[in-house]
Amino acid sequence: MEPLAQNYQLLRWIVLAPLAGSAAIALFGSRLPRRLIGPLACGAVGVSFVIGVAGFVKLKALYSQGGQEDAFLADTLYRWISVGGLTADAAFVLDRLSAVMVLVVSGVSFVIHVYSIGYMAHDKSNWRYFSYLNLFVFFMLLLVSADNIGLMFVGWEGVGLCSYLLIGFWFEDREKATAGKKAFILNRIGDFGFLLAIILIFTQLGTLDFYGIAEQAPRVLEPGSVLATAIALLLFMGATGKSAQIPLYVWLPDAMAGPTPVSALIHAATMVTAGVYMIVRLNVLYLLAPFAMGVVAIVGVLTAIYAASIGLVQNDIKKVLAYSTISQLGYMFLAVGVGAFSAGIFHLMTHAFFKALLFLGAGCVIHAMRGDQDIRNMGGLREKLPVSYWTFLIATLTIAGFPPLSGFFSKDDILWQAFSQGHWLLWFVAFAAAGLTGFYMFRLLFLTFWGTCRAEEKVRSKIHESPLVMTLPLVILAVLSVVGGIVGIPEALGGSNDFHHWLAPMLANENGTLPVEPGRHFPHWVEYLLIVLSVAVALCGVFTAWWFYIRKPETARNLAERMPISYQLLSNKYYIDEIYHIFIVQPIRLISTYILWKIFDVGVIDGLVNLTGRSVRGLGRVAARLQTGYAQAYAVTFILGVALVLGALLW
Amino acid sequence: MIGLEQLLILSAILFIIGVAGFITRRNVIIMFMSVELMLNAANVALVGFAYHFARMDAQLIALFVMALAAAEVAVGLAIIVTVFRNRETVNVDDLNILKW
Repeated sequence: MEPLAQNYQLLRWIVLAPLAGSAAIALFGSRLPRRLIGPLACGAVGVSFVIGVAGFVKLKALYSQGGQEDAFLADTLYRWISVGGLTADAAFVLDRLSAVMVLVVSGVSFVIHVYSIGYMAHDKSNWRYFSYLNLFVFFMLLLVSADNIGLMFVGWEGVGLCSYLLIGFWFEDREKATAGKKAFILNRIGDFGFLLAIILIFTQLGTLDFYGIAEQAPRVLEPGSVLATAIALLLFMGATGKSAQIPLYVWLPDAMAGPTPVSALIHAATMVTAGVYMIVRLNVLYLLAPFAMGVVAIVGVLTAIYAASIGLVQNDIKKVLAYSTISQLGYMFLAVGVGAFSAGIFHLMTHAFFKALLFLGAGCVIHAMRGDQDIRNMGGLREKLPVSYWTFLIATLTIAGFPPLSGFFSKDDILWQAFSQGHWLLWFVAFAAAGLTGFYMFRLLFLTFWGTCRAEEKVRSKIHESPLVMTLPLVILAVLSVVGGIVGIPEALGGSNDFHHWLAPMLANENGTLPVEPGRHFPHWVEYLLIVLSVAVALCGVFTAWWFYIRKPETARNLAERMPISYQLLSNKYYIDEIYHIFIVQPIRLISTYILWKIFDVGVIDGLVNLTGRSVRGLGRVAARLQTGYAQAYAVTFILGVALVLGALLW
Repeated sequence: MIGLEQLLILSAILFIIGVAGFITRRNVIIMFMSVELMLNAANVALVGFAYHFARMDAQLIALFVMALAAAEVAVGLAIIVTVFRNRETVNVDDLNILKW
């Protein structure tokens, strides 16, 4: 049965409005009054959000009027590629999955755009900033609403580009420019796998269209076959780059060099979740490759605990949040790896709210601290930054997973799914990571907002709360963090898990395309027990943080001194950057310098060019002998030529 | 009776004399005369054809050739005079600097 596509012409403006905004600001930004640029950029994103809401309402109406469960809205701009058997349209879809993504992306983007007006008010090239930011939103919305994997790849690359531009936004600083390059190159490695996967999908399934893939894949690919596994693993390689998973995560902590709202938008709420979205979008392929699913789950859970452990000892407020982001992304991959796709997207959504809030709160703190990001110099900011403090506290409670905040429902959904599918080891690691999360987040909160202020006097006297344009977004996101979980309250807690039922028709393991055996059925008390356990472990983390940093502030130092090796290991991030440098960067550099450059480039490439020049010159020297200067020699040649031609004509 | 055949033989003989003169003699003026000889060999052939086929256009071409030869003599002799003034020679073997 064909999925029912409804034409909806407005859909294109979801994507095109930010592009128009970006182009307008890029072309005329330097001549526009500064006060106009921010609102213009916000307006462009606002248009996307409003149309997104309108599309969502229309979609809901469609279902409630008895439309098919997998009906969706579509809008085709033009035939984009048509070569041989390969066709791809520049077309957008708004279905159950992309509707969620469009709303989250455009909504959070809008709030962060508003915040940026305040944050970037004093930057001399804020028009460049807003142009990039709008361009980013364009590519991100293209990524989530594309109807085929080719167009998605355009968005995928585009967000990578904008990420690079914005990490290196203050490119006068060499370190920041380098961070941008690092992010770009590591993403390229992942994208290489993604591109190979696209090519494999096309050659095997003959289509790039998502609905075509969902239809063809179960027919063409054998479940568990090498081919299906290869496609799924190559796609996951792309996801590890974009979504900062082991082994390609190292760019994300460095990406904190960009302006803080950029960290909130790109490197926490939206772009880095693209990998999760992509896997859920192509869930059919993953369900056909159980081995790849296992890899995804294991990489996810390892990343979750690994990044959380590094987060324990970082002293840069943004670095802690960066490792926390990596860790939370690990949870999402764990979810999709165990087949709980809706739980992954649910956590993606709540994470977008509370992590954006944490970053924006950190932005307010950094703003108040005159650019200082070291939490050892902060403390006692509770009274001076009340709005930032309260919203930051809400976000911290949310990420630590306290009921009834949104993070509690989404994280517990993931833990429960991992447990009930029988992956007890995965569950236990994720459970331990939840405890670490409680510790490092409250350590951050205590060191920043509690205790006494450790800043220098001249900084301390000027600490003040940010203007309304920055605090209002905090409040909005705080409200979303609190209530965002309502859509996904599980049955065991008296809810109806609407979020899961909303996405289910998109998922091959739920809609009957590829039915899987249901996991063991557990009585409700097991679920209650797990909930109590995970809240308890989070509380443990919070209590330890309180003991270490408020009650007995010397404990942490003592512990670090007693375990110098593990402390050094953690604070140097397991020396992964150094290991990559020695084993990957240096060999490549040596090979490049001494083989590719000195031998191949100078010898072969330059040699070939010089050879061409020399041989032409040599040939010229020989040919020049023909020109003697003796008129009679020419005459003889001429006569011989005539004789030859005549001879040829006559005989 | 002199027919077309005889005229063409005459033309060919004249032409070959011209060619031989042009490539064997070293004096520019003699070479120049050889060129004239070749032109006139062509004229003889043209007039012969005109006579044989009773057509006027070949004669017309012969007239053109004569006009062209006259113009060529004017320019050519002037060049030779100039060369002689500069180099004190009209031997082509000495006039070979026009090359790479």
